Parts: sequence; C-alpha cells; structure tokens
Amino acid sequence: MKKSLYNYILGIADNSLILGQRMGELCGHGPSLETDIACTNISLDLFGQVRSYYQYAAKIAGDGRTEDDIAMLRKEREYVNVLLVEQPNTDFAYTMARHFLFDVYHLLFLTELKKSKDMTLAAIATKCIKEVRYHQRFSSDWIRRLGDGTEESQNRMQAAINDLWTYTDELFHQTEADKAMVSEGIGVDVTKLKEAYYEKVNTILEESTLTIPESKYFQKGGKMGIHTEHMGFLLSELQYMQRTYPNMEW
Amino acid sequence: MITTEQHIDDILIPILEQVSDPEIPVLSIMDMGVVRSAVFENSIVKVQITPTYSGCPAMDVIGDDIKKALKDAGYKSEVELILSPAWTTDWITPRGRKALEDYGIAAPLGVEADKDVLLHGKRLVKCPQCGSTNTKMVSQFGSTACKAQFQCDDCLEPFDYFKCLK
Repeated sequence: MKKSLYNYILGIADNSLILGQRMGELCGHGPSLETDIACTNISLDLFGQVRSYYQYAAKIAGDGRTEDDIAMLRKEREYVNVLLVEQPNTDFAYTMARHFLFDVYHLLFLTELKKSKDMTLAAIATKCIKEVRYHQRFSSDWIRRLGDGTEESQNRMQAAINDLWTYTDELFHQTEADKAMVSEGIGVDVTKLKEAYYEKVNTILEESTLTIPESKYFQKGGKMGIHTEHMGFLLSELQYMQRTYPNMEW
Repeated sequence: MITTEQHIDDILIPILEQVSDPEIPVLSIMDMGVVRSAVFENSIVKVQITPTYSGCPAMDVIGDDIKKALKDAGYKSEVELILSPAWTTDWITPRGRKALEDYGIAAPLGVEADKDVLLHGKRLVKCPQCGSTNTKMVSQFGSTACKAQFQCDDCLEPFDYFKCLK
C-alpha cells in the first residue's frame, strides 16, 4: 500500500516536473516577451505543484529522502512520466501542441483526483486545478491562432499534432500502482478519461481547422521508465547542479 | 474537514497586518487572505498560511517575515503551509482590493466577467491609472502567474490585472 501510493504519486508528479522543465527551457528563448513570460509562469506553476507531490512522497517514503532527492537524484529509468511531456521544444507550434495535448488530460485527471479518498492528494488537486484551467486556456488559444492562422502556421500546427499524436494513448494506460490505488478509492481510473479527452481535443482541433491523424500506431514506455532519446539530455540539464555540487541547497 | 473560516487571535491581528506581500508591498498578507489561522498553543503562536499559487515564490519569504514580526513582538511562532481549502481571490479584502488599485494593479473581476475578458476580449477591466474600461489584454500571464498583462487604449499605460482564481 505504502509503496503503491509512493509510486502512484511519482506517476503524477513526474509528468509535471518534466513538462515544467521543458517550459522553463523557454526562459529567455520564447518567440515573444509575452509568450516567454507565460511559458515560464506555467513552468513555475508546474514546479510548485510538483513540490507538493514530492513533499508528500518523501513523507510516505519516510527514509530521509527529501523532495529534492526525489526530483533531482533519480536515474532516467526511475522517472515514470509519459513520453509526451519529454518531447523537445522545436518550433512554437510543437511546444504548444505538446502542452495542449497534456493540458486536456491534466484537467480531466485533476477533476477526478479531487474526489480521491486521500485527503492530501485531493487538496493538491483542488489547488492545481485552478492553475491548470489557465494553462489549458493559454494552449488552446494558441492551437486556434496557429491552426486557423496562415497557411504556414496551419501546416506547422498540423505537423506538430501529427507527430505528437502517437504519444497520447499512453496517457490512458494503467500502471500497477494505478490499479492498486484505484481499488483503494485513492487513484483515478485513467482509462475512463479517454472518451472525454478525445471529445475535447477534437472540438478544439475542429475549431482550429485541424484534424486528428488517422494513424493507429501509438508509442508507450514512459510510465515504465523506458524513455525516448530526449530524456537523458533533459535530465542532464535538470540534474546538473545537484550532480555537480551534491547536496547543495538554496 | 474543510473550513473557509479564519481563526486569528485578536491580539495578533495588528502584528500580522504589518507583514506585507513581498511582491506587492502595499498589500498586507491579512488583506491578501493568505493567513488562515493564528492562535496561541502553549505560549507559541501557530500560524497557518496558504499559497496563492502552488509555485508562488513569495511563500518562504512570507513565512520568515511572519516569524520575524512575531518575534519582534515577543512571541515564539511556528508557521505551517496548508493547501486546503485552496486560496481564492474572494479572500482579498475590500481594503486589499483598494490597495491593489492604488498600486496600479487592477483587482480581480467576478468569475464570469473574468472569462469574458480573458477568453473573449471584452473590455471590462478598469485601468488603474485613468479609470477607463477601454482596455485590452496583452498576455494571459503577466509579471507573475497570478496576473495578466493589460494595456489601456485611452491613456496607453500598460498595467497588471489580478486574475480571478476560484
């Protein structure tokens, strides 16, 4: 039970950590000052949320590990985020498409997590959901602007959706920790979110003159610690300070 | 059990009112609604604060500032960060809203008006400089996560709008 809960929390938190890191990479590199600030603010929200989760995980582990240890000192295979969130920032269409495809899931997920029997997780979800609503507005807005924009922006956004679509199915795969926590009334049954997810994504893509690709092939592995080639590079930057100056603190 | 009531000992109110939000120095943490309880327990003041946003970098500073203010008043204290019930802009007091406006930050509108402004580009936010509502959103995220960036089309000044959080 304790181990399942710990793994379950990491399954939620790692998504936000890795996506937060990707959004944070845009600091000083955003396409305009406003989007730069927006992306880094979203990153800050995600990191704040992650702290609540890891603090709770550290308390459950009860072996002296801190939130920082959990965030910074695991090996690649020990991170259990979905492949979607670790995909790199290429052009802005790609960055926004990745964020949007996660936001829609994130909001549905948190809405269910609010009902968790675990009071801490329910409290974190209640807090996070207010922030994630703004994230989803922001990314949906960009899907519309670029999708229903110029020929160039439309092509790029459609290309981004086509590329990233292959990572969406994994969001709805249940891990062992998921199953254990669902049966306890603590976890969210992600398989049940799929229908609402496709409906929401489809509505916004249609409004944006974009389409869901027809490909039926989906990538998976992140939830089991098997990541794409981008993950190692991401972690080397994320973990740099802790690896270079072990145990450093602010 | 979730309660939205505040429990703050009367003696402590003036002390806590002196502590300001480090990012909006004109606003006391009391007017911000960040302090949820402050009571004596065995001669130690136990204070519970709640973050406005999860990633709010001001929380650590606020915690330290509270301890310092209480220490200066001769009290020992412990500060705890709580997440539930989650903070909402409804907890900003009328005095706090006025302080925001005086400082140049537009105070949050109601939840529906907020949506109209942020999603549909309606001109409802009052410019804190000249009072005109002929204002437009420049970016959904401003200088901090809790604010959006606006511009007034009458006096042309840019300003922050404190987003509604419910």
